[in-house]
Amino acid sequence: MAKRVGIEVSLAIAEAAKLANVDVVSAYPITPQTHIVEHLAGLVADGELDAAFIPVESEHSAMSACLGASAVGARTFTASAGQGLELMHEVLYVASAMRLPMVMAVANRALSAPINIWGDHSDAMAVRDTGWIQIFAENGQQVVDNVLCSFRIAEDHRVLLPVMIHLDGFHLTHVIEPIYMPEQDEVDKFLPPPQYPLPLHPDKPLTMGAFGPPYIYTEMKKAQEANLTAAKEVILQCWQEFGSIFGRDYSPVEGYHSEQTKVLLLTMGSFSETAMEAIDKMRDDGKDVGLIRLRLWRPFPFAEIRQAVKNAEVLIVLDRAISFGGPGGPVCSEIRSALYNEDTRPKVIGFVGGLGGRDISVSGFEEIITRGIEIARTGSEQEFEMYGVRE
Amino acid sequence: MAKAESELGWKDLEIGSIVAEPGSAAQYKTGDWKTQRPVLDESKCNKCGLCYIFCPEGCIKQKADGYYEIDLSYCKGCGICAMECPKDAITMVAEEE
Amino acid sequence: MMADKIAFGKRLVTKEEYFSSGHRACVGCAEALAVRLACKALGPNVIIVNATGCMEVVSSQFPYTAWSVPWIHTLFENTAAVASGVEAGLKTMKRKGRWPGQEPQVVAMAGDGGTSDIGLQALSGALERGHDFLYICFDNEAYMNTGVQRSSATPFGAATTTSPAGKESIGQVTWKKNMPAIAAAHDIPYVATACPSYPFDLMDKVAKGVATPGPAYVHILSVCPTGWRCAPELAVEIGRLAVQTGIFPLYEIEGGQYKLNVKLSKLKPVTEYLKLQGRFGHLSEATIKEIQDRVDREYAKLMEKATAVAGSS
Repeated sequence: MAKRVGIEVSLAIAEAAKLANVDVVSAYPITPQTHIVEHLAGLVADGELDAAFIPVESEHSAMSACLGASAVGARTFTASAGQGLELMHEVLYVASAMRLPMVMAVANRALSAPINIWGDHSDAMAVRDTGWIQIFAENGQQVVDNVLCSFRIAEDHRVLLPVMIHLDGFHLTHVIEPIYMPEQDEVDKFLPPPQYPLPLHPDKPLTMGAFGPPYIYTEMKKAQEANLTAAKEVILQCWQEFGSIFGRDYSPVEGYHSEQTKVLLLTMGSFSETAMEAIDKMRDDGKDVGLIRLRLWRPFPFAEIRQAVKNAEVLIVLDRAISFGGPGGPVCSEIRSALYNEDTRPKVIGFVGGLGGRDISVSGFEEIITRGIEIARTGSEQEFEMYGVRE
Repeated sequence: MAKAESELGWKDLEIGSIVAEPGSAAQYKTGDWKTQRPVLDESKCNKCGLCYIFCPEGCIKQKADGYYEIDLSYCKGCGICAMECPKDAITMVAEEE
Repeated sequence: MMADKIAFGKRLVTKEEYFSSGHRACVGCAEALAVRLACKALGPNVIIVNATGCMEVVSSQFPYTAWSVPWIHTLFENTAAVASGVEAGLKTMKRKGRWPGQEPQVVAMAGDGGTSDIGLQALSGALERGHDFLYICFDNEAYMNTGVQRSSATPFGAATTTSPAGKESIGQVTWKKNMPAIAAAHDIPYVATACPSYPFDLMDKVAKGVATPGPAYVHILSVCPTGWRCAPELAVEIGRLAVQTGIFPLYEIEGGQYKLNVKLSKLKPVTEYLKLQGRFGHLSEATIKEIQDRVDREYAKLMEKATAVAGSS
């Protein structure tokens, strides 16, 4: 039986990659991702993990080396954050377009300037359209479970796509949590060795990454889009099977006191746990409020989101990133777009907060919800509001 | 590939749009690029093979008798073979209608 | 004589073409020639990682490929990093019993921009980490694919579209970056220069580089009739003159030891090389003298480093 251990989440991620028996880890250090890759380097150095650890000279090369390793069929893992993820940016598109399965943990971090090593979702939102499957985790257990699920999903021959697992820098990476670490034999059964169908190999010489002129580029992009959209079914199946084996269930959208609730708050990542406390407190005070936690970011779970909020009158979305000069938070913008053509839909009110590692307390969430209800009633002169900003 | 490149639909594409047929560029004939073509006079040829070695197109082949022949369906008419031939066995002549 | 090989003296050259006809390189492209010859030397048991650039564009226009060996192109500046991942991946899989068959050699290919400019960091990282691979730079001395813009490999005095000659400019005002010396500074086991005008020397060096355990670097000067504004039929002759004038000497560096492969008793004047190329057509006698002096000086420095050996190809 799996043991529940107290472990720093970063180390647990590395242990999960070890349980997945990864072949290649290619990484460049950046706070707050470092503990993940340090621990992996240690596992390789101690002979506990039979893998190549490539200590590259930049994140651009980290992701590029992942492309190469994945292209020969190796199970490939990396981790990054913030500026590092940005430096990888163009390479991320190549990983998905070339259908190279790999898994990356992103210790979400704010973007410069000013330099800030703490958490928000600016980095995640900047790579939104890179074609990766993207999952947001709320706690260490979810990260560990999703590292295992992600390899299974990425390597599924119906999918063959890279997967990003987002976890909040420091708020998750640097905390010690009680986590059930699955047993190796259980993992081996759930996650057999990868069998990439079209690896680079002299026995069958393939040309990967051919030049795609206008007469074919659109078809290539359509194939990619169709593939990522269709991956949702495989993700759901994988989570279901994982749940039946390991007893922990995952879904793209999770509700908390959200059924038949008039006012809903939507969050992503580790803030959801604090938000739940705020919901409890407000419900104790007799307020009809609930929470929606968005777990699967790409492919976007349109049906699940529409279903989850269809009875609500107000939906308050908290973004931890800002689209400057635009509609505010990218998540809010997408939710609003997903609901716009629905016959019945809640008013969608956007907040941006928790930037650059600034915490939002239980009472902070209460303030956001209360203010959101007020805006829904009276309107606001702004497209969105920034929570907690000083004048 | 059965369909012309401009008729391929997205469902025709391989995983990651790979090209699975090695050396398929051979289906693309570059011979019509040329404005001049090489003419080889075997009576002057000493079979040294330098034309073969220096051809950027790889379109000069050795025959069973050891002499060389130029595949004009790929030859772009660069003239390197004629220039490098130590026996002046290759001359470039203008392409005409 | 073996049916699948052609004898050139004692040398046997495979008839196999791993870089096929039907590629779309310009007329008289000596880089396509260099790739073709390098592939003959490499044989089928390789994985090639190619940078964005001329060779990628002319060889892989979907749905066609000129390559008969496993080949991957991803981006411009990351070739050495992708090759690092390929090497680490296949070695690990071999060790873990998941790589079927023989372990192939890993070869990275990039142009001069992809090597000495935008790809330099990734290359330095891969050389420093000691991956077992061969990196070949096909140097045509500018960004030819995008329309002849200058790179750090463009020679002094050459006119390009971003180092044009004009009333106030002689064209490129900097001297060609010494990329082989940079590679050698990483203390890698094998560095060499080559030119397809010396085809057997080129094939020997590629074969030697790929067989060398650890990182190897081969820098191949590739005449570009389009960008250098020279007659296509002169592509091989101009490469030969680059060597014979001492502008591009052919040498190897093994274990830090320089060895000159084509020893010249007397260098030809640089004008013989320069005058055949439109990119140098604007140069004054004073600038040509400056180039001559520099070439003489650099060649003398190289001679000092080298234990010269007799013979040439």
